[in-house]
Amino acid sequence: MSTATLETEVRLVRDPSIDASIDIEQSETVAVLAEYDTVTAVMIAADKVRKAGYSRWDVHSPFPIHGIDPIIGIKPTILPWIVLAGGTFGMLAGLFLTIYTMATEIESLGQFSGYPYLISGKPLLSLPAYIPPIFELTILFSAFGAVFGMLLLNNLPMLYNPLFRNHRFKRATDDRFFVVIETADPKFDEYETVKLLRSTKPLAIERVED
Amino acid sequence: MATISNPLFIGGTEVDNTIDDPRQRSPLVLGGKDFKGVTDTVVAVQDKCNSLVWYVCFGISLSLLSCLVVTLGLLFSTGVGVWGNNQPVSWAFDIINFVFWVGIGHAGTLISAILFLFRQNWRTSINRFAESMTIFAVICAAMYPGVHIGRPWLAYWLFPIPNQMGMWPQFRSPLMWDVFAVGTYFTVSTLFWYVGMIPDIATLRDRAKTRVSYFIYSLLSFGWTGSVRHWHRYERMYLLLCALSTPLVLSVHSVVSFDFATSQLPGWHTTFFPPYFVAGAVYGGFAMVLTLAIPCRQWLGLKDLITMRHIDNMCKVMLGVGMIVAFAYCVELWVAWYSHYHYEQTHFLNRAFGPYGWAFMSLFVCNVFVPQLLWFKWARSNLIVVFIVANFINVGMWLERFVIIVTSLHRDFIPGSWGNYYPTPVDLFMFLGSFGLFFTLFFLFLRFLPVMAMAEIKSVMPQAHGHLPHDDHDDGHSHEDPKPALANGSTPAEDPKPWRGGNW
Repeated sequence: MSTATLETEVRLVRDPSIDASIDIEQSETVAVLAEYDTVTAVMIAADKVRKAGYSRWDVHSPFPIHGIDPIIGIKPTILPWIVLAGGTFGMLAGLFLTIYTMATEIESLGQFSGYPYLISGKPLLSLPAYIPPIFELTILFSAFGAVFGMLLLNNLPMLYNPLFRNHRFKRATDDRFFVVIETADPKFDEYETVKLLRSTKPLAIERVED
Repeated sequence: MATISNPLFIGGTEVDNTIDDPRQRSPLVLGGKDFKGVTDTVVAVQDKCNSLVWYVCFGISLSLLSCLVVTLGLLFSTGVGVWGNNQPVSWAFDIINFVFWVGIGHAGTLISAILFLFRQNWRTSINRFAESMTIFAVICAAMYPGVHIGRPWLAYWLFPIPNQMGMWPQFRSPLMWDVFAVGTYFTVSTLFWYVGMIPDIATLRDRAKTRVSYFIYSLLSFGWTGSVRHWHRYERMYLLLCALSTPLVLSVHSVVSFDFATSQLPGWHTTFFPPYFVAGAVYGGFAMVLTLAIPCRQWLGLKDLITMRHIDNMCKVMLGVGMIVAFAYCVELWVAWYSHYHYEQTHFLNRAFGPYGWAFMSLFVCNVFVPQLLWFKWARSNLIVVFIVANFINVGMWLERFVIIVTSLHRDFIPGSWGNYYPTPVDLFMFLGSFGLFFTLFFLFLRFLPVMAMAEIKSVMPQAHGHLPHDDHDDGHSHEDPKPALANGSTPAEDPKPWRGGNW
């Protein structure tokens, strides 16, 4: 199969075992995808798409491609700040927990009051002894910030995505790379966009139906 | 094309990728596999698990798990007296096994997090494996502190929640520190493990053969599409989690060592325990990883992904921490002599020549003398030798905790308090049962979850690197993608482009 030819843009018959329950009567094209099999090819394609001025588009790959961030124009994420916020919160939570419960007593609060233990004259505010719980809470909340921050910033879980209906796209998590340009993009034009993609010599160009 | 001058071309069939040749980086993925080859190999593991061997192994681990359930039932119904714990040896198998399992878990975090920070790309084949081992080991470990208290229905007293007595736990206690440390370690490791699996579960989703597996993998993969914008945040998160997990793993086993170090007992009361325990944990953990990896690579067809280089590197790390542990043993003995502290000296003489001297001597054989074989290349290249040495170390690490706990407790300051300890059958079967829990979870993991980090392996293969062609200056580079390793594992020796990161 020559890699330069354009495969048919008519959607192939879907695999019935997976899509049997989906209503296919009124589907519209929401995006156009182009498939590549090497990292360099997808980087060149991404460069062209960005230089052409598209804004609602993306590249999909089975692993993180090093060096593609400046090509696409991805700004550094704010995730590290979220992690810092989580860590600070954890540290303050740990400090509050240990100091409040071990070194204060407000009897009117009943069971929510602190309970200072008198243990052979040891100081109530023994911060060095409290370091382990405070440290662990710092790490715990930093990790929460990292994981849940990443998921939220990425809008995950997003269980529905029209891309999953495309049979070719299944190889996005295997060994192929995809450039996907949405039809909602202001510069999207059925002829021009496909022509641009075709000039990057993909393995195939297909519509993504919803 | 492979030529005789290529140092990796040996005989044309088996490739030795343990050679360190600065001219030619050894490939990490053998067998001429490309990206699809990696995916196929790892996804095929699930099919291989759908076999009689898996069912038999799973059946055995389930029966060991039932041992655990029965002994736990005995423990809850009858009390801690079913164990051999007594005065003075109030901590025995329960705490030995707790520290044993927590220690094993640490290797997984080291491989995942610390080796990532050191840019050791060879970790990508074993990190999923090792992280899973961590989670399952910590589950086995966390069971013990919960059940070893005399009234396990009061275990909720460990947690700082307002209660009817108006009391709070005592945060200065190492036992409370354990709650926070092991709890945080379990939570962070599980999050790290799960979030690391999301892209690979997405691969399983896209290769799902049945509606049920497609549905479940879709749910579990959160709708991951492999978007490069998502990967950007994902990579930042991964780096940050690794950076967080590193001090976490060092602190967790240090906190576990504080259970002993903050006491007054000779043999326990030493500042050397935190680094000693952490090194010991890594030692035992790597031994367990090797014990699992060597059969798995054979039976699950993973020889091209967990190559001899991986085994070689793991042996070297194990040897390194083993030397630290051996050093620690010598330091303990030297400090006992140098301090002229009568109780410490008596204790160590008792350790070596007292009623449990056999354990001390076996400990030295298992942890210090036998692993010295790993200095030799022939030993590291022989999988049977590596497997046997790893199991000696597993036994040795258990014995180390036995020696530390039981010998320090059974003879402390006043001879009138001295006593002896003998384990009961419940002790032994509960320990066996914990292996049942571990292996049950592990076999389930092999069957249903992505056994290797496919995305990470692909990202460290030579084909993963590409760059835009430079139009302004032509420096004679060929702009083709690097060719994959050939069938005999060697890479073509033409045009050696120095790409960053490489495939170590």
